[in-house]
Amino acid sequence: MQISHRLILTGVTALGATGAVAVPASAQTLNLSVTIPRLSVAEYHRPYVGIWIEKEGATPRSLAVWYDYDMRNGEGTKWLRDVRQWWRASGRSLTLPADGITGATRAPGEQKIAFTAGKGPLGALGPGNYVLLIEAAREVGGREVLRLPFSWPPKPGAVMKAQGSSELGAVALSFGK
Amino acid sequence: MKKKLMIAGALAALIMSAGAQAHRAWMLPSATTLSGKDSWVTVDAAISNDLFYFEHFPMRTDGITVTQPDGTTGKIENAATGKYRSTFDVHLTQPGTYRIANVSTGIMGSYTLNGKQERLPRGTTKDKLAAAIPAGATNVQTSEMSNRNEIFVTLGAPTTTIFKPTGEGIELVPTTHPNDLVSGEAASFQFLLDGKPAAGLKVTVIPGGIRYRDNLNQMDLTTDKDGKVSVKWPEPGMYWLNASIGGGREGGPGGPGAPGGAQGEKGPQAAPPPPPAAPAGPPVRRAAYITTLEVLAP
Repeated sequence: MQISHRLILTGVTALGATGAVAVPASAQTLNLSVTIPRLSVAEYHRPYVGIWIEKEGATPRSLAVWYDYDMRNGEGTKWLRDVRQWWRASGRSLTLPADGITGATRAPGEQKIAFTAGKGPLGALGPGNYVLLIEAAREVGGREVLRLPFSWPPKPGAVMKAQGSSELGAVALSFGK
Repeated sequence: MKKKLMIAGALAALIMSAGAQAHRAWMLPSATTLSGKDSWVTVDAAISNDLFYFEHFPMRTDGITVTQPDGTTGKIENAATGKYRSTFDVHLTQPGTYRIANVSTGIMGSYTLNGKQERLPRGTTKDKLAAAIPAGATNVQTSEMSNRNEIFVTLGAPTTTIFKPTGEGIELVPTTHPNDLVSGEAASFQFLLDGKPAAGLKVTVIPGGIRYRDNLNQMDLTTDKDGKVSVKWPEPGMYWLNASIGGGREGGPGGPGAPGGAQGEKGPQAAPPPPPAAPAGPPVRRAAYITTLEVLAP
């Protein structure tokens, strides 16, 4: 058992190395901009946000989750299931808080976050078609999910955009080196 | 004590005849998909006409058992029984899928002795059946019934340890996990009868919220040769699923929606079929299965 496990790990490393050859050592990044709308409501709480990528036939990968991670007894995790598509795709199989994924809730306005290929939660990306999803769920409020399809490696200058209508504003994904 | 037993008996009779009277037994959890290290669910348990409204009778909580994700026995807490419903809590402390179940088995029947018809005492079990029928009894008619009413709730990722069949009555085996249901997707479940695939079993699925619509929107399904059915969920919400054999229940032979059953949900009830004039033989198998399933929005 132990041996086969190591073999699989070796295989992954080999794939990663191949990827590093195809895409030169300079790190590629996913630069994501997420606008959290300012809402005029009687009771406002910052939304819980899940960000993840999906690729057909592959296990979805969480990139970030913003929630009240610092509440006593981990009580903030109780409501993560309300970020329901993220919870089903990836959240429920994470151990929380998750290193490099868990983050604090963010205020209304434009929020930027970057992920580096081959590192952290993004990890190595094989070539293919992906979807980056952003889902926001707000206490005593609504919920919205936006999808940004992209191909990897990205075309130079590619920018993927989407516009939310309730719990999310404009979101944009660009690529950098 | 005796009085208490009699009440229990009366209630058991009520539960057993629930389907025939178009009453439906159900347990409704406050949530089926939960996050966090530690969480609670509150469950309402009742016997009612409309789903899921408590408007008729509470379900008794003494027979309710909890199986934890690791297979060990959990417990219900804060149980209370009111006029129309019971309520209780389950503390979820392990990651994975819990089963909350109300399972009953027993043998019912009658015989004729010295020209007089006698009923088997309540609580007669399979191993005590021979002793319960006196020598000289004729026209012995028995039926062996297994009723299972269960719900599933999951803390974190769904697990399948608790779905190991017991081999008794009707049981559900997931192809699709019952805590991983999303509207617009099809789910598949396998049903077993006494541990073997229940082919040709009639399965009824009814969405909750009956009070606020005109049509029942009932789905009548039949299991294939492997005991499997596929359900496509038209909308998110709580659904009541019922399957039974031999009891004239909803979805079963003689029940509403089945050949010879009452026409229309609240129409006049068909007269009960005359008792079969069968000679003494192996018990007639009666089994019923009920679960409440939560279907989430995509």
